[in-house]
Amino acid sequence: MNRREFLQLAALASFSSLSLTLPGSRGWAYSNGKDDDSTKKLIVILLRGGMDGLNVIAPYGDSQYQIIRPTIALHKSASGGLIDLDSYFGMHPALMPLYPLFQEKSLAFVHACGSPDPTRSHFDAQDYMESGVPGKKSASTGWLNRLVAQLPSKHSPVQAIAIGSVLPRICAGPAAVATVAANSKISKGALDRPRVESAFSEMYSGLNNDIGASFAEGMAAHKTVNQIMASPQDIYSDGDAKEQMIANRGAVSPNAYPSFGKQLATLFRKDASVQVAFVDFGGWDTHIRQGAEQGALAGHLSPLANGLADLVKGLGPLYKDTSIVVMSEFGRTAHENGNGGTDHGHGNVMWLLGGGVNGGKVYGRFGGLKANDLYEDRDLPATTDFRSVLTAVLGEQMHVPKSALAQVFPGFQANGNVFTS
Amino acid sequence: MKQESAVFLTVQLLFGPALLSTWLMGPPANPALAASRSKHVSTASVKTAKPSSNMASLGPVSAPKPMTSDQKVVQVLNRLTFGAKPGDFERVKAMGVKAYIASQLNPSSIAENPAVEAQVASAEIIHRKSADLIKEFRLSIAQNNAARKAVNGKDGKEDANQVEKNTLASKEEQAMKQKHIKVVADQIFKTRLVRALDSERQLQEVMVDFWYNHFNISINKGLDHVLIGVYEEQAIRPNALGRFRDILGATCYHPAMLFYLDNWQNAAPGTLMVVPGGNTKDKAKKKGGLNENYARELMELHTLGVDGGYTQKDVIELARVLTGLSLPYRGYWGQFYAVRHDQGEKVILGHKIAAKGAGEIEEALDFLARHPSTAHHISYALAQYFVADEPPKALVDRMAKRFSESDGDIKAVLTTMLESREFFDGQYQNNKYKSPFRYAMSALRASGSRPEHYEPIYSFLKLQGQPLYACLTPDGYKNTKEAWLNSDALLKRINFATALGSAGNTGGNRAFSQASGQSYDQVLSTVNGGQLSSRTSAVIAKSPEPFKLALLLGSPEFMSY
Repeated sequence: MNRREFLQLAALASFSSLSLTLPGSRGWAYSNGKDDDSTKKLIVILLRGGMDGLNVIAPYGDSQYQIIRPTIALHKSASGGLIDLDSYFGMHPALMPLYPLFQEKSLAFVHACGSPDPTRSHFDAQDYMESGVPGKKSASTGWLNRLVAQLPSKHSPVQAIAIGSVLPRICAGPAAVATVAANSKISKGALDRPRVESAFSEMYSGLNNDIGASFAEGMAAHKTVNQIMASPQDIYSDGDAKEQMIANRGAVSPNAYPSFGKQLATLFRKDASVQVAFVDFGGWDTHIRQGAEQGALAGHLSPLANGLADLVKGLGPLYKDTSIVVMSEFGRTAHENGNGGTDHGHGNVMWLLGGGVNGGKVYGRFGGLKANDLYEDRDLPATTDFRSVLTAVLGEQMHVPKSALAQVFPGFQANGNVFTS
Repeated sequence: MKQESAVFLTVQLLFGPALLSTWLMGPPANPALAASRSKHVSTASVKTAKPSSNMASLGPVSAPKPMTSDQKVVQVLNRLTFGAKPGDFERVKAMGVKAYIASQLNPSSIAENPAVEAQVASAEIIHRKSADLIKEFRLSIAQNNAARKAVNGKDGKEDANQVEKNTLASKEEQAMKQKHIKVVADQIFKTRLVRALDSERQLQEVMVDFWYNHFNISINKGLDHVLIGVYEEQAIRPNALGRFRDILGATCYHPAMLFYLDNWQNAAPGTLMVVPGGNTKDKAKKKGGLNENYARELMELHTLGVDGGYTQKDVIELARVLTGLSLPYRGYWGQFYAVRHDQGEKVILGHKIAAKGAGEIEEALDFLARHPSTAHHISYALAQYFVADEPPKALVDRMAKRFSESDGDIKAVLTTMLESREFFDGQYQNNKYKSPFRYAMSALRASGSRPEHYEPIYSFLKLQGQPLYACLTPDGYKNTKEAWLNSDALLKRINFATALGSAGNTGGNRAFSQASGQSYDQVLSTVNGGQLSSRTSAVIAKSPEPFKLALLLGSPEFMSY
């Protein structure tokens, strides 16, 4: 099998079940009589650097695959090899912790996704994926921020959170997004002393500018997050923590944030007002010796997959109302380069997890790996706009009305045809 | 992100007293990098690219508001230094703004602070030869692998049954790594901070910050862990106020950049692996291949800019030009391996480069350095750094014109900017939001306080999202408000200010030395010439004396410059 036809994205992408928004209403409360939409959650994970999608969800059924990736191609084997998904695509063995979700049909992949902009620059491609407006440098806000602005307000400083010490581009904009330090424990600083807080609050309140607003948002979020994380009762059992420690054998983890899944789950579980979260990881720019079943890429996929499995487990009853999207700014060259790595490419695979996902499938229009089928004879083409996938997730799973989607992705015509073809 | 190794890896800094460092030789001779400038590149042959779509504002949003003479003093201290020290305002006022600018543009005319010179001299690692550092680094890795083999059996691979033994080996490995990290911290990090804090040649240090980010490399990528110091000291600093073509050449030929953006592996397909670095097994079985990583960033980030008019084909052509430029066996700079070079003719943005080995690289750099897109790209970046996040277009255009006319003389371009009406327009005063590095440096400079150990500063910068030398992506740290104004980070700045400001108090933070006899009023004069908003003034006025400095350093006024 060389060429796959359009796969039906069926329920995942069609807007048929979206009822029309009543004029003048907020849309949400009336959307379509399903569950209370304010309980819907979204977690977006951005892999910066260009994840090699062809070795994450590998088209091993394509005869070209082994030929053009002689040293890095994945192989099926008795143990520790590629995990077959549908006898054409196989999953990287480092994703094994997620395989049960695929079998339970709450994990899906959409292959050959990407931006209509052809840039192979990390910075431009990330910029476009974060602004949600490919090709337009002047877009100053991020799509996740615009989404938060469209959500009914929960009057909470932590309705939307970004993990990290600086606010990422995707969260930039007028809506408040709180930053939460990775690996955060309760941090007490001078501002936790009432006299210090009151003096600085007096200085910053009424500043009436972006710095004043930042201060106010920061204080509110800081107090809330500290309350959440202060609660001694964890959602994980002790056994779990021990297991984790044994796995690390007390050594420094190769990855600085293996606990992201647990931390995110804790935030969602402990404060019902947390609705949107963003986290990003670097290290996917595998120009040199990326390895196959094992190696540099596997070393990054493994903690990611483990963290996601922790996240799903920790979300527990919330998982059915949560959508998790994993994406990266572009894919990598179909051919292996001269250094056992891959260079900047174009189309890539997106991962979707969540109770509302019609999973257990690899979606997307995948045209095979022959030179003629590749973009500029070298990369997977982006046959599905990444915004098509995102609008499907937001519309179908989070019940964001069409009018609001037009604000989140301005100028983008959500087109169900891309999927249902 | 240009990381194949774990990016999750963060540099762990050790706490403790400084290592004894040895005194060392003087600075290395600057190599004749661009010995053979190609003569047949003329600006006439340069195709005009479409102008950059960087969003320069169309002009002042309001009528120009010329600054008062005091405001001009504040402006040059804000922008040409990492923040005023007590007494600076009065000193520059007395000598005159013009004279101050002129002296800062000629750093060698300024007597250097002996404490800074002593620190620089003691930082042995920044004066060494790259090739020696590479050799030692490889050797330590080889020793490590040998140690692991001894433990694991001959293939050196991990065996599930040998967890215990591995733990021992990895302990030694950890100890070695930590020892090295300590050298880096004590020598490279500390020298950078000491210079930013106390060098009299402040504009030079500010320009080092600018260029380092422009030609960014990250400490977190393998070999660059040991090379960041020599890179800054030998490629960036000597050229910070020189010619653009020279700093472009120095970064291109520096092993740190060659490693960071993978050009050391860039070779004509099928050619032999003859460069230092690959292990013997690699050399035997591995053939070279094209790697376009550096070629792309060279055009996108270092010269033309992303909208500078090049295509994917140009990236590949430039990568071909750069084939064979790799790591050295000896000396300070990269080495050209003719056998790994692509022998064909190349065409970059319509400009034909005849096959002539290493001379092609010179010709390509000449061409890129003189391209009008480069003049605009660099001028925009400078104006954004020194004037406004969205710099006035007319100013950028004049700077770009000067850039081209002066053949990329950085000092000339800066002079155009520093003499401009825009630089001294009131709307561009205190309109910039300090980066974490600038915030920390300015707070220390203003208060006169110095850290007992530098680790709390490194930690603070990391917490703020700007760890030293650790920007992963080749575009370097941004210098816009959008990048750094963030609620959580702002609270951490205030906490830092409180720790620093209360250092002199009984029971105050012991991480910092007591402010060296500075009165609150002396420190106040460093902030906007002593002019605060009425609200800030009122809050400070009614606060107890020992808390005033903390409030000042944490005030909204102190966040901007």
